[in-house]
Amino acid sequence: MTSISATEHHGPEKGLMRWILTTNHKDIGSMYLIFSLLMFFIGGSMALIIRMELVEPGLQVVQPEFFNQMTTMHGLIMVFGAVMPAFVGLANWMVPMMIGAPDMALPRLNNFSFWILPFAFTMMLSSLFMDGGAPNFGWTFYAPLSTTYAPPSVTFFIFAMHMAGVSSILGAINIIVTVMNMRAPAMTYMKMPLFVWTWLITAFLLIAVMPVLAGTVTMMLTDIHFGTSFFDAGGGGDPVLFQHLFWFFGHPEVYIMILPAFGIISQIVPTFSRKPLFGYPSMVYATSSIALLSFTVWAHHMFTVGLPLVGELFFMYATMLISVPTGVKVFNWVATMFRGSLTFETPMLFAIAFIVLFTIGGFSGLMLAISPADFQYHDTYFVVAHFHYVLVPGAVFSIMAATYYWLPKWTGYMYDEFLGKCHFWCSFIGLNLTFFPMHFVGLAGMPRRIPDYSLQFADFNMISSMGGFLFGFAQILFVIVIVKCVQGGKKAKAVCWEGAKGLEWSVPSPAPYHTFETPPNLPDEKYP
Amino acid sequence: MLAKIVASVFLFVITFLPRLSLADWAVNMTEGVTDVSRSVYSLHMQIFWICVAIAVVVFSVMLWSIIHHRKSAGAKAAQFHENTTIELLWTIIPIFILIAMAVPATATLIDMYDTKESDIDIQVTGYQWKWQYQYLSEDLAFFSNLATPKEQISNLAVKNANYLLEVDEPLVIPIGKKVRFLLTSNDVIHSWWVPAFAVKKDAIPGFINEAWTQVEEVGIYRGQCAELCGKDHGFMPIVVKAVPYEDYLVWVSDKKTIIAEQEAAAARVWTMAELMEQGEKVYQTNCAACHQPNGEGISPAFPALKGSVIATQDQQAHIDIVLNGKAGTAMQAYAAQLNAVDLAAVITYERNAWGNNTGDLIAPQYIQSLLKDK
Amino acid sequence: MHKKLILQLSTACLGMFLFGFALVPLYDVFCEITGLNGKVDLVESKKKYHAGVDETRLIKVQFIANRNENMPWKFSAQNKEVVLHPGANGQAIFYVKNTTQREMIGQAIVSVSPSASAKYFHKTQCFCFERQALKAGQEESIGVVFSIDPDIPEEITKMTLSYTFFDITDAIAER
Repeated sequence: MTSISATEHHGPEKGLMRWILTTNHKDIGSMYLIFSLLMFFIGGSMALIIRMELVEPGLQVVQPEFFNQMTTMHGLIMVFGAVMPAFVGLANWMVPMMIGAPDMALPRLNNFSFWILPFAFTMMLSSLFMDGGAPNFGWTFYAPLSTTYAPPSVTFFIFAMHMAGVSSILGAINIIVTVMNMRAPAMTYMKMPLFVWTWLITAFLLIAVMPVLAGTVTMMLTDIHFGTSFFDAGGGGDPVLFQHLFWFFGHPEVYIMILPAFGIISQIVPTFSRKPLFGYPSMVYATSSIALLSFTVWAHHMFTVGLPLVGELFFMYATMLISVPTGVKVFNWVATMFRGSLTFETPMLFAIAFIVLFTIGGFSGLMLAISPADFQYHDTYFVVAHFHYVLVPGAVFSIMAATYYWLPKWTGYMYDEFLGKCHFWCSFIGLNLTFFPMHFVGLAGMPRRIPDYSLQFADFNMISSMGGFLFGFAQILFVIVIVKCVQGGKKAKAVCWEGAKGLEWSVPSPAPYHTFETPPNLPDEKYP
Repeated sequence: MLAKIVASVFLFVITFLPRLSLADWAVNMTEGVTDVSRSVYSLHMQIFWICVAIAVVVFSVMLWSIIHHRKSAGAKAAQFHENTTIELLWTIIPIFILIAMAVPATATLIDMYDTKESDIDIQVTGYQWKWQYQYLSEDLAFFSNLATPKEQISNLAVKNANYLLEVDEPLVIPIGKKVRFLLTSNDVIHSWWVPAFAVKKDAIPGFINEAWTQVEEVGIYRGQCAELCGKDHGFMPIVVKAVPYEDYLVWVSDKKTIIAEQEAAAARVWTMAELMEQGEKVYQTNCAACHQPNGEGISPAFPALKGSVIATQDQQAHIDIVLNGKAGTAMQAYAAQLNAVDLAAVITYERNAWGNNTGDLIAPQYIQSLLKDK
Repeated sequence: MHKKLILQLSTACLGMFLFGFALVPLYDVFCEITGLNGKVDLVESKKKYHAGVDETRLIKVQFIANRNENMPWKFSAQNKEVVLHPGANGQAIFYVKNTTQREMIGQAIVSVSPSASAKYFHKTQCFCFERQALKAGQEESIGVVFSIDPDIPEEITKMTLSYTFFDITDAIAER
C-alpha cells in the first residue's frame, strides 16, 4: 500500500466519482468535516426543539414521548455524528501534513471508514419515522428502558451504533499506523506536534473502548431478540451491569472527545502568542496520564446506584486526581500566553474562550466528583451544564478554532475576519446564556431529561432557550464564512499566520493535492 | 444589517423582560433540613469557593497577558518554554488542595452510608410513573400519583404554585426519627430524590437499595424522579410530609381506617352513576397517562380503549387484563394497586365512556370475590 | 511494516471486544466479593462457622416479597422478620400462589441490603434463581433457611432480605 506514488502525479478526478472513490486524505478529511457539519445542524435542530418545549412550563410544542426521542437523538448525533467525525476529519487533513507523510497509511480503508458513516446515520435518523418512534431512552441507553421497554426501532439503533463503531475503530487504526510508521525520518516522537500526539493517544483510547461498546450493544441485541438475559434481572442478569459496561466505554469516550481539542488549542495558542508552547513534554505526559486515568473512574457516573462505600471512595479519589493533569494543561496554556505577543484573530478568540470555559466546565466536573455532593447534583441540570461546558466551548469550539486556523491552508483564501468574529461573539454569548443558567436550575433541583418543569425553574429556562436560539442561528454565520472562503477572497500565503510553525505551513496555500511525496527536513529545535 | 439586529434584540428584550420575576430565583443548592443535607451543602460551598479562588488566580494571569502582552501594545514575545520549578509546583499544590477537599467529603459519605438503628423502615417502589410506599412495620401501603390536573399541563388552566410537585397521597414521616428507605423498582430504573434530605438513590428492578434520613423540621418537602424512566419521567413527583411523632401515629391509624372503609365499600351495591363518577377519577389518575384522557391511546405502545375489542366485548378478558396486566407490555397488573371498588369503577368507566356504550356494570362485589381468591 | 502493526491493533480490538463479554462473569465475581447490589452467593452453602454462634449480638432480618411489573401471582412473606444471633440458623417462609387461569413459570431474584452485609449472608436452603412452575390456582409455601456469618461488622444490626418474583413464562416459551 505504500507504493502509490509515482503514477499518481495527476490532480483529483472530476465529478461525483472523485468523492466516492477517493483515497486522498485531504478529500476524505473534507468529507468528514462536511458530514459532521451536517450532523451538527441536524443535532442542533433537535436541541432547538428541546429548548422550544422548555421555554415555558407546560407542554406546548411536543409531547413527552417525542421529547425523549429528541434528547436521545440529539446526544447520539452530536457525540457520534458531529464531534467524533469532525476530529477524524481534522486528523485526516492535518496529521499527514504535520508529520511529513504523503497520505494516510491505509488510504482505501480510509475511504471505507468514512463511507460507513452516512449509512449508519441515515439508519439512525430513519428510526424517527418508524412505528413507535426513534430511540427514547437517553444517549446513555440504560437497560432495561433500552431493552425490555424500548421501541422496536432499538434494533436499528444498535446496528447504527455497530457501524459507527466500526468506522471509528478503522479510523483509529489508520491514524495509529500513519503516526507510528510514516513520520518524516527526522521527526522523533518528542518532536511531533501536540495535535498529532493527542490524536495518537485518542486513537489508542478508541481501540480500547469502542469494542467494549460494540460488545455492550451486542448484549442488548441478544437480550432483546435471542432470549439471553445479560441485563434482565428476571433471568439472573443485572441492569447495573449495563451501566458499568456503558461507562467503561463512556468515560474514556468523553476524553476521546476532548483530547484532540487539547491538541488543537496547543497548536493555536503558541501561534498567536508568537511564543513556543510552554511545557511541551509535560503536555504529552499530562495527556497520557489523563488517558490512563480515564479507565479508572467510570463509576463516578453511578454514585447513586448503590455502590459499596469503598467503591464510592475509590472512584471519588480517582476522579479528583484527573484534575491534576488537566490543571497542568490549563496552566501551560496560560503560561504560553504570558509574556507573548498576542493577537486576537478568530482562531485565537475561540482558543481563549476554550481555555476559560473549559476550565469552568472542569471546575463543575471537580464538584461532581465529590461523591456526597454528587447525590444532589446527579441527573440534574447541573450535570447538563457541566458536560455542555466541556463539550460545546470545549470540543465544538476547538473544532471551530481549528477550522478558522487551517481554512486558509485548505482553501488558499483568507476567510472573512469580520464575519468570523461576529460568529465567535454570537456563539460565545449564546452558549453562555444557554448553559450558565443551567447550573442554577440544576442546583435548585431541576432533574434532566424532563419535558416540563415546575414554576420556580421558569425564568432561567426561558433565558436558556433564548441563548440556545442565538447560539443555533449564529452557526449559519459559520457556514457563510466557510462557503465564502471556499469561493474566494484574499489569497493566503503559505505561512498565513505570523507565528505559525510546523510542517503544514511549509507547503503552499492551498495545500496541493499531493504533499510530501519525499519526506521533508525539520528545523533543528528541541521541541516543535 | 447591524442596526436591524440591534433593533430586534432590543424588541426581544422588552417583550420578555417583564415576564422575569426576579423575586423567586433559586440559584443554589438547598441547605435542607437534615444533618446530612447541611454537611453536603457546606461541602458544596467549600468546593465552590476553592474553585472560584483558583479561577481568579488563573484567569487574572490570563487577563493580565491579554491586556499587557498584546502585540498591538508593542509586546515582544519572550522565548522561554519550560520551568521545572513552577511546573512541579502547579502539579503538587493541586494535590494538596484535593486532599483538603477529600477529607470532609469522606466523612460525609461515611455518615450517609450509616443505616444502622433505624426507627421506621419504608419500602419505596418505583413504577412507571408513580411511587408506592410500604411501611414495613405497619400493615400499610399506598400509591402516590401526580395530582396536577391534565388541563394545567396542557395549558388550559392556570398552573398551581406546586405545579408538577404535588401528589394525591404524600409520604408521611415523623420528625426526629431515623427513617430508613428501602428502594426497589417494579419495571425500569427510577431514582428517588428529595433535595431537602440530600437523599437520592436509584430504584432498580430486582434489587434493593438503602438510604436514610432524619428530618428535624415539620414541613412538606418535594422532589422528583431523577432517572429517565420513560414517557412520564417528568411527571412522577415525590412529596414527603414530616410531622411530629404523635401526629404520625394518628395519621397511621386514620390511614388504616380509611383503607379498611374503602375495602368494606365493595360489599354494598353501587349504581352506574356512582361507578362512572369514581371510575373517571381512577382512570384519570392511573390510566390516562398511557391510554390518554380521551381513550385514544398513543399508537403503537399504548393502544386505544375507545371502540376497542377489549373494552367493548368480552368482559372477563377486560377484567383479566386490568387485574393481571399483560406480559411484555407496559400494562401493569392493577389487582395489586387498586381496591375492588376502584377496579370495578374503572372497568365500568372504560366500558361506557367515549361512546363505548356497552351498558355493562361491573359490581365491586364480583371484583372483591376475584381478589379474595388472591 | 504496516501489516504487523495492523495485525497487532486488530488483535487488540478483538481482545477488547471479548473483554467486554469477560466483564460479565468478572462483574459477578466482583459483586460476590464486595456484596455490590446486595447480590448473595448463589450456591447453597453448608458453611460451618469456626467462631460458632455469637450470643452477644442480635441481628434483625426483615423479609420483603415483591413482584415485578406483570407478575400477577400472590406473593408474600409469612413472617415479616426474625431476630437471631450471628452463626445461628434462621428461617423465613414465603407464600406464593398462581392466581391466574393458566400455568405460569416464575423466577425469584434475591437481594440483600445493606449491600455490605451481603457477603455475610449464607443460605442453606433457598428458592432463588430457581424456576417455579405453578399450575392455575396452585399455591405453595417456600422456606428459606439461612445464617449470618459471625464475622459480620459490628455496625450492621439490621438486614433486609428481598425476593422479587419475575414472570418468565414467555421467555421460557420463546426458548
